[in-house]
Amino acid sequence: MRKTCLNMVFELAKKDPRIVFVGSDLGPGVLDEMKHAMPERFYMEGVSEQHIIGMAAGLAMDGFIPYVNTIATFITRRCYEQLAVDLCLHDLPVRLIGNGGGLVYAPLGPTHLATEDIAITRALPNMTVVAPADAEEMTRFMAVTPDWPHPIYIRLGKGGDPVITGDQQDFEIGRAVPLSNGNDVQIISTGVMSKRALDAADALNAEGISTGVTHLPTIKPLDLDAVISAARSKLVVTLEEHFKSGGLGSAVSELLIDGHVMPELGIVRLGLDDIFPLNYGSQDELLEAFGLQPAGIAESIQKALDARR
Amino acid sequence: MFSDEMFPHSPPLDERSKDLRRLVIDALDGGGRGHLGSSMSLIEILRVIYDDVARHRPDDPAWDGRDRCILSKGHGCLAQYAALAAHGYFSRQEMRTFCHFPSMLGGHPERAKVPGVEASTGALGHGLSIGVGIALAARIKKADTRVFVVMGDGEINEGSVWEAAMSATKHGLENLTAVVDYNKLQSYGRTAEVLNMEPLADKWRAFGFETVECDGHDVEALRKHLSTPLGNAKPTMVIAHTVKGKGVAFAENEPTWHHKSRVPADQIEAMYAALAKES
Repeated sequence: MRKTCLNMVFELAKKDPRIVFVGSDLGPGVLDEMKHAMPERFYMEGVSEQHIIGMAAGLAMDGFIPYVNTIATFITRRCYEQLAVDLCLHDLPVRLIGNGGGLVYAPLGPTHLATEDIAITRALPNMTVVAPADAEEMTRFMAVTPDWPHPIYIRLGKGGDPVITGDQQDFEIGRAVPLSNGNDVQIISTGVMSKRALDAADALNAEGISTGVTHLPTIKPLDLDAVISAARSKLVVTLEEHFKSGGLGSAVSELLIDGHVMPELGIVRLGLDDIFPLNYGSQDELLEAFGLQPAGIAESIQKALDARR
Repeated sequence: MFSDEMFPHSPPLDERSKDLRRLVIDALDGGGRGHLGSSMSLIEILRVIYDDVARHRPDDPAWDGRDRCILSKGHGCLAQYAALAAHGYFSRQEMRTFCHFPSMLGGHPERAKVPGVEASTGALGHGLSIGVGIALAARIKKADTRVFVVMGDGEINEGSVWEAAMSATKHGLENLTAVVDYNKLQSYGRTAEVLNMEPLADKWRAFGFETVECDGHDVEALRKHLSTPLGNAKPTMVIAHTVKGKGVAFAENEPTWHHKSRVPADQIEAMYAALAKES
């Protein structure tokens, strides 16, 4: 997904002279081809996240479309004021590409985990928040980014994520991707968790619990119709690789509350508990520890159904 | 290192300088509040940029060929509003609406609201990075745009300023001119005591800026240093030694006049009177 995303920046830049790339201090060789083909539109500025957001704002004020890339937590936590004031207050078309949204950097610990990035980017007026599920969706999404007039936060997975959106049409920012229907439970998920949602749904369907999955690549703006429609099932479950506070689950809950729509059995939010993860290991191991692998997800949903019926 | 003796006698304020200062007092009167000290120290710096140096069109604020002036120390916006009003970007009467609902003139300047304001500022330490971006954009477009970024001496405590400084030098942005309004007072007190930035000129030189110091109320000196970029493939830094509150004797160098709210009418009268006495 990450490689696809960055390659797309170069592909788009070949066609669109407005596109520039700004990195902080990325790994050696990142976008080398672009660097050599169009050096005047390739910037690697060093470990100065606050600065590169402001610099991207300046470039955007004068007609360019900067794609800014660094580790997700640094592009969000580190320079939050720059996001708010330089990008969102000016409403500039800057694209923030956050490597390793969620628990991808599990071996490196809490300083590198982006587990509140959705909450804080979602809180900013004018900001758009997108978390594709796989590389193919990323490709379709990136194709529509040059002409979106607002700042976008793009949450990247680890890479090599299984493709689950292969047969979808063109990407539309703000539009949900229905993956399957269910009468009892509708799981609303985002990013790479949508694959786990599908697997959990398979397990529940095998138990006779009719479970559907709605993938929401765009967390802001939310697809109002898709969320309202999901609420026709008995139970709505939100699933995300993010703290429970402020992320997808909060967004969906707020929308349903504001719309006076509540599923018969309510809403269950699945995500990370309100603690900095205590362990290292792999992304999958941490997800397992938080009960966010398919078996744990299915179990949580089963328990909620038992308790609420 | 600067010494207080370096620029002992600022030239007397001429009519233009007094006129702009009267506009600042008008706004303070209308709004009942404002950063008086921080604005008065800036008047000559902004005056020279808008009157003599920058290419701009008040009747077409978004004109492509304009130079850009970013007031990074956004709390000094009364000086910028005064300069813009004096150039006809909006009426002089507008100054009196300062900070009132629904005026476009807030306590910090906003790009989408005020014609002539290039960037919304007030959160400190943002302007130089934005200036670097605009200067790079001009370079890509092969435009001869000049970018001016005016910063405060308290503001440059921010680490982001120095990130931007390194980047400006890396790219050899000779079209970027930064100015520090060095009035030597920040909100809490003397910069030398709150967070001493000395040796300031050496710092900017070490970061790769072609650096010059001058009296920030000396219009001729500012014209000389701001008219032409100083460095070949280097950004320019003009350290402008100024007096906080300049032109209102009782507010000069007085930390309590950094920002005032609820300014009573007799103090406003005293300000106009103090300014009139300046020679």
